[in-house]
Amino acid sequence: MNRRVVISGVGIYSVLGKNIDEVTSALYNGKSGIGIDEKRKELGFRSMLTGIIQRPNLKEHLSRRQRIGIPEQGEYAYMATIEAFKNAKIDMDFLENNEVGILYGNDSSSTPVIESIDRVRETKDTTLLGSGSIFQSMNSTISMNLSVIFKLRGINFTVSGACASSSHAVGMAYFLIKHGYQDIVLCGGGQEVNPESMGSFDGLSAFSVRHDDPQGASRPFDMGRDGLIPSGGGASLVVESLESALARGADIVAEINGYGFSSNGDHISVPNQEGPTLSLQRCLQDAGLKSNAIDYINAHATSTPVGDTMESRALNTVFGNYNTPISSTKSMTGHEMWMGGASELIYSSIMMNRSFIAPNINFEKPDEDSEKLNIISRTTEKELNTVLSNSFGFGGTNSSIILSKYRK
Amino acid sequence: MERSEIKNVVVEFLIDEFEIEQEVITDEAHLINDLGLESLDFVDIVVIIEKEFGFKVKREEMKDIRVLNDLYNYIESKL
Repeated sequence: MNRRVVISGVGIYSVLGKNIDEVTSALYNGKSGIGIDEKRKELGFRSMLTGIIQRPNLKEHLSRRQRIGIPEQGEYAYMATIEAFKNAKIDMDFLENNEVGILYGNDSSSTPVIESIDRVRETKDTTLLGSGSIFQSMNSTISMNLSVIFKLRGINFTVSGACASSSHAVGMAYFLIKHGYQDIVLCGGGQEVNPESMGSFDGLSAFSVRHDDPQGASRPFDMGRDGLIPSGGGASLVVESLESALARGADIVAEINGYGFSSNGDHISVPNQEGPTLSLQRCLQDAGLKSNAIDYINAHATSTPVGDTMESRALNTVFGNYNTPISSTKSMTGHEMWMGGASELIYSSIMMNRSFIAPNINFEKPDEDSEKLNIISRTTEKELNTVLSNSFGFGGTNSSIILSKYRK
Repeated sequence: MERSEIKNVVVEFLIDEFEIEQEVITDEAHLINDLGLESLDFVDIVVIIEKEFGFKVKREEMKDIRVLNDLYNYIESKL
């Protein structure tokens, strides 16, 4: 079986806005979601820079029992999912009568783990942790909570693949639907923003310390970049077979044309050029497209010196002859990590449907590798028919996904 | 502690923590059938009892508690 696979609804809760409309406006206007968190200084962080996000109040949406097992990133994922299902014209009645699965990207749940261990050490009594701690603490917290809340009865697990987690989640759903194992899968990624979850990453000196200019700190591909800025939120996509989406009368957001993956088999944190190149080539091959068919690339580029260089070289290898427009929306969002693959597919689909390229803000001076690429630093009106999004992560995991406008 | 004080504390946490409507909270209210509590909620009740009344609860001691009066009796017996 080889079915066409589409995205029939998207929802987002991010540092750029609390829904698709707000995020669309922020992307178009090149708005940054980065700021300073003074608490990080008290905790001994090297960098106080982070994405700034307001936690939603789920009390108006969910019962105590439904809320008690949900950690920070699960709150964002829930808000994004309400919007995605609504946009996909899926309500609780539909969910109770049809099988929908969930594959969600998440790779940490630090605060509940830290708080529960602190409490046990203090009280020597595990019963005092209460009933929600275990469900908040596990990596699969989002998929387990959302599957219960939305009565999902298809495939159900979390994909943990570092900063490519949610891109792989979408890729896996695409394969399952393409080959007939599922009709509809809720996909996405959630990322906690609390400082405790970022301490060990800060300890690697991987974050920017441009404290005097927070909104200028994330500068992918720019010569003056000095590290990434941690960020987060929730992003959800309803991935579905074309016939299922059409039967429900859904407005199709995009078609998923191809998924490519690879593993560097190399260093745990330092990326290389070969792995991402292979992921890009496999994605094009899976989509049956040549490099010149891609109208825009949403780069993984996180604003780290080595990471951006390796991606520049991979992009130049595969797309160097075509001057393909490229931007990294992480210049505005910071690095949304486990959520980034899903959110950047949503950002790419917004650009495709609204015919513009969101800018790679803060790109002022290229380095010797990025000068060979067509980095878009100002919002550009352009018809986009086919776009590609890259996501890479620690351990050398790589994912690339191609989306196109749906045509009959 | 007076029984009325025990009742006040329990009723308050049922309303505040468990979001149960005040009108269903009677002495004879069944914890599961009337108040809508489920097995996982008893874990949280143990936590709250220890915090509010200062004694450790063993789960097996709670197995015969069916209605709120049983809970008040149990707490009273431990104080």
